[in-house]
Amino acid sequence: MSKDVIVADNLSKMFGDFVAVDHISFQVKEGEIFGFLGANGAGKTTAMRMLCGLSHPSEGRGTVAGFDIYKQSEEVKKNIGYMSQKFSLYDDLKVWENLKLFGGIYGMSNKKIREKTDQLLGELGFRNERNTLVKSLPLGWKQKLAFSLSIFHDPKIVFLDEPTGGVDPVTRRQFWEMIYQAADHGITVFVTTHYMDEAEYCDRVSIMVDGKIEALDSPFMLKKTFEVETMYDVFLQLARKAKRSDS
Amino acid sequence: MAIISVQNLKKTYGNVQALCNLSFDVNEGEIYGIIGADGAGKTTLFRILTTLLLADEGIAVVDGLDVVKNYKQIRKHIGYMPGRFSLYPDLSVEENLTFFATIFNTTIQENYHLIEDIYKQIEPFKTRKAGKLSGGMKQKLALSCALIHSPKVLFLDEPTTGVDPVSRKEFWEMLKKLKKHGITILVSTPYMDEAILCDRIALVQAGEFMQVDTPQNIIDGYSENIWSVKSDRMHQLLQDLRDCPWVKSTFSFGETYHVTAKEKATIEQLNTFLTEKGYKDIESKSIHATIEDCFMLLMQKKNE
Repeated sequence: MSKDVIVADNLSKMFGDFVAVDHISFQVKEGEIFGFLGANGAGKTTAMRMLCGLSHPSEGRGTVAGFDIYKQSEEVKKNIGYMSQKFSLYDDLKVWENLKLFGGIYGMSNKKIREKTDQLLGELGFRNERNTLVKSLPLGWKQKLAFSLSIFHDPKIVFLDEPTGGVDPVTRRQFWEMIYQAADHGITVFVTTHYMDEAEYCDRVSIMVDGKIEALDSPFMLKKTFEVETMYDVFLQLARKAKRSDS
Repeated sequence: MAIISVQNLKKTYGNVQALCNLSFDVNEGEIYGIIGADGAGKTTLFRILTTLLLADEGIAVVDGLDVVKNYKQIRKHIGYMPGRFSLYPDLSVEENLTFFATIFNTTIQENYHLIEDIYKQIEPFKTRKAGKLSGGMKQKLALSCALIHSPKVLFLDEPTTGVDPVSRKEFWEMLKKLKKHGITILVSTPYMDEAILCDRIALVQAGEFMQVDTPQNIIDGYSENIWSVKSDRMHQLLQDLRDCPWVKSTFSFGETYHVTAKEKATIEQLNTFLTEKGYKDIESKSIHATIEDCFMLLMQKKNE
């Protein structure tokens, strides 16, 4: 039995009277690819911020990589990676400078940064781009580099917040192959997406509606339970019930 | 009749060719989709057509007016919703709408019928500052403001990016209603599944239109044999299919792979290949291509 690396136990967040995250409980296993789905405004971002140690829960508790997200949020941050579509790399730094900066922030030694930089640029086929400014890289390359950077310090878990938004269909698929590779190396992947075909690529998927987790299972079982053909239809059935919405 | 007409449009930023010699026409009353990833040149095209950016070369005419010579008149005829939220965050919902109505010399009442369906959803919050709205509400306000002067052509630059599938569906239902009012809509999106909702689409990559047609014609014109395949051991299956000498491409699509083959390979050949490799629970069938398959095939051809 592999161990649980993320545990949420009645995790809640209130902003005044508004219950953004409403007593959610779930576990994510080591090496699992866990899809965290929900409509805009369902509370995904708030939940994710709590798990990353960036926001304190109002109620409930959680552990990430074995650390308490309330009491040991600094330890949590050291043991996770994070990537979002919006913020990932410094455009006005060169490729190697970005790697050096992030490595430094995570307290890696210069020797280790050098080794990992060589290895990473080799694997990505980016050797010739070491001295290129990130802003002049094509978007697809940036996404791949950003993902590699989010696992540069060998975190136990990586949180990916809509990592494939706006990316072309070929790059989007290559990106998921990188996610599989990371998972094969034992990194747990916690990912949000609005692409329902990507939900199928996850080992398990949770769907949030109005701050609660309304469904959690493998894509296969979810489709079976809801008696539909695709994850899109599962999502549609659940999200339609939402009372609160972003709109 | 063409309401937007573009001929040999070019734009470069330094070494980057944002638009490479684009020519196309949009007919009156059409929903015309520009489908492509970030960085394909979509926003550059929109900014040129809405008179906010000058092209290096080429001609663009919107509603009979040249985008350079007649830029002031054009602005009265078009509505533009940029990808980034561009209303006044410190004005209320109603103040924003009144402001846009006033600068176009009209009133909310005069064109209320156009925005009613959309605006009534945010009207309960009309005293709230626009900066304090949620994403979906901002989007509806921006669309209302782009419509309040009853434009003939609506330019929507990635209106649904980052929006969940249910809200995206609702947004497209709003567009269909606007089409009934006779408004021509040029809309860009990175979501391939939205292409099917347009009357015609342009598939765009690196500043070039790879193909322009109705979604159905693009799908019907797909030249390859295409199968969907699934089995046990899906990770290994991907590798084996890619290593197979007569398989041309393998892409993941939800829980299956879409596989295309070289020349005359048959589905029986595929099944034999997989059985010999020891796969179980093999499910394979011939399928119709999706727009995404078409897009990826065009990308491959372009890279060859």
